[in-house]
Amino acid sequence: MSGFNKVVASYEEAMSGLEDNMTIIAGGFGLCGIPEGLIAQIKSMGTKGLTIASNNCGVDDFGLGLLLPGRQIKKMIASYVGENAEFERQLMSGELEVELTPQGTLAEKMRAGGAGIPAFFTATGVGTLVAEGKEERNINGRDYILEESLIGDFAIVKAWKADRYGNLVFRHTARNFNPMAATAGKITVVEVEEIVEPGELDPNEIHTPGIYVNRLIKGNFEKRIEQRTVRSA
Amino acid sequence: MALTREQLAQRVAQELQDGFYVNLGIGIPTLVANYIPDGIEVMLQSENGLLGMGPFPTEDELDADLINAGKQTVTMATGASLFDSATSFAMIRGGHVDLTVLGAFEVDVNGNIASYMIPGKLIKGMGGAMDLVAGADNIIVTMTHASKHGVSKLLNKCSLPLTGKGCIKKVLTDLAYIEIKNGKFHLLERAPGVSIQEIIDLTAGELVIPEIVPEMNV
Repeated sequence: MSGFNKVVASYEEAMSGLEDNMTIIAGGFGLCGIPEGLIAQIKSMGTKGLTIASNNCGVDDFGLGLLLPGRQIKKMIASYVGENAEFERQLMSGELEVELTPQGTLAEKMRAGGAGIPAFFTATGVGTLVAEGKEERNINGRDYILEESLIGDFAIVKAWKADRYGNLVFRHTARNFNPMAATAGKITVVEVEEIVEPGELDPNEIHTPGIYVNRLIKGNFEKRIEQRTVRSA
Repeated sequence: MALTREQLAQRVAQELQDGFYVNLGIGIPTLVANYIPDGIEVMLQSENGLLGMGPFPTEDELDADLINAGKQTVTMATGASLFDSATSFAMIRGGHVDLTVLGAFEVDVNGNIASYMIPGKLIKGMGGAMDLVAGADNIIVTMTHASKHGVSKLLNKCSLPLTGKGCIKKVLTDLAYIEIKNGKFHLLERAPGVSIQEIIDLTAGELVIPEIVPEMNV
């Protein structure tokens, strides 16, 4: 890495410095917009005791689900973990801890973390299990709970296009949690479909400015579809 | 006769108004998109980051980068916009969505809703449901009135972990359209051919029956 050239040569370099018991913030919604190659790299590194904040935990044989058989995840912070039998097994047996977090709260925890806001009040979860142990406050007649923001030792992000400065453009609903995740990592690693020449991205249309990005690698994506629904032409 | 899933969706669709931004949950609510009345424009919000969701794609249009909150492949309607998850939930929490339709396991007379967790049995998570019920003012819950064993889902007090507290005002079941106010269920409409007694028998929570209870128009 040098200056504003964020491009790294290998997945080893992309994830170097990741150690046991670290926290990772991961972009993606279901299997859409996930950093496939970075997840594979974490699997091959065998890093253990990880806390991962991501909306979902993949499926049994794809996405973050790949980290389950090797018992690499200690704790999962997610809003929905329903499509994964091994996840459910580890959870029920107590091998894995899960902090179920409402989707909007999870997104805001990442956004706030990256924006230097340590906590925020939200009405989401008031009167539910999510509120347990959290400070509650009535503001202008309505009850809110205090949610703390999230910062990761690493953030792993998937984008569509980038330039060497780390400016990012996302595509369609593969954007999802990725822009917030990108801001919330002490080291943010981004895997992209295409790295374009400097100046090629229109500054008006950059979703994530390169200031948030530390390392960039071009990946090859399977882009597996979780629920293939079509209509006849 | 109890309403079919399609009829439930048809009845909900009658609540749509021209210019509404609408979030439809997974299951029956998704079907509402098939019954948007002619002559009105409605934009569907999908909380994973799409406003202006279109129908399922053809084989040729299929795109792994374009899915809805149920992770199904979809298309974009004309006028659609794309955004990140924080922006999406700013719309939802900020009260910018005009109508939210979602399913539930239980609803009670105080407007509490349980829809995401059966302890010891089902651990899936709340997804965006807690944000949706906390942020929306206009919510319609769609569900069956009772379990297939005849156990009422309309209770004096929810027995399952809550998704939201005091946030539900309207429930459409396969038997009845019900409003929640002042700590009671109020029967607004009944499904065609369903007797009031049938509804009373399957409603565990306190139910107020007005003099006239029209049949739904479905």
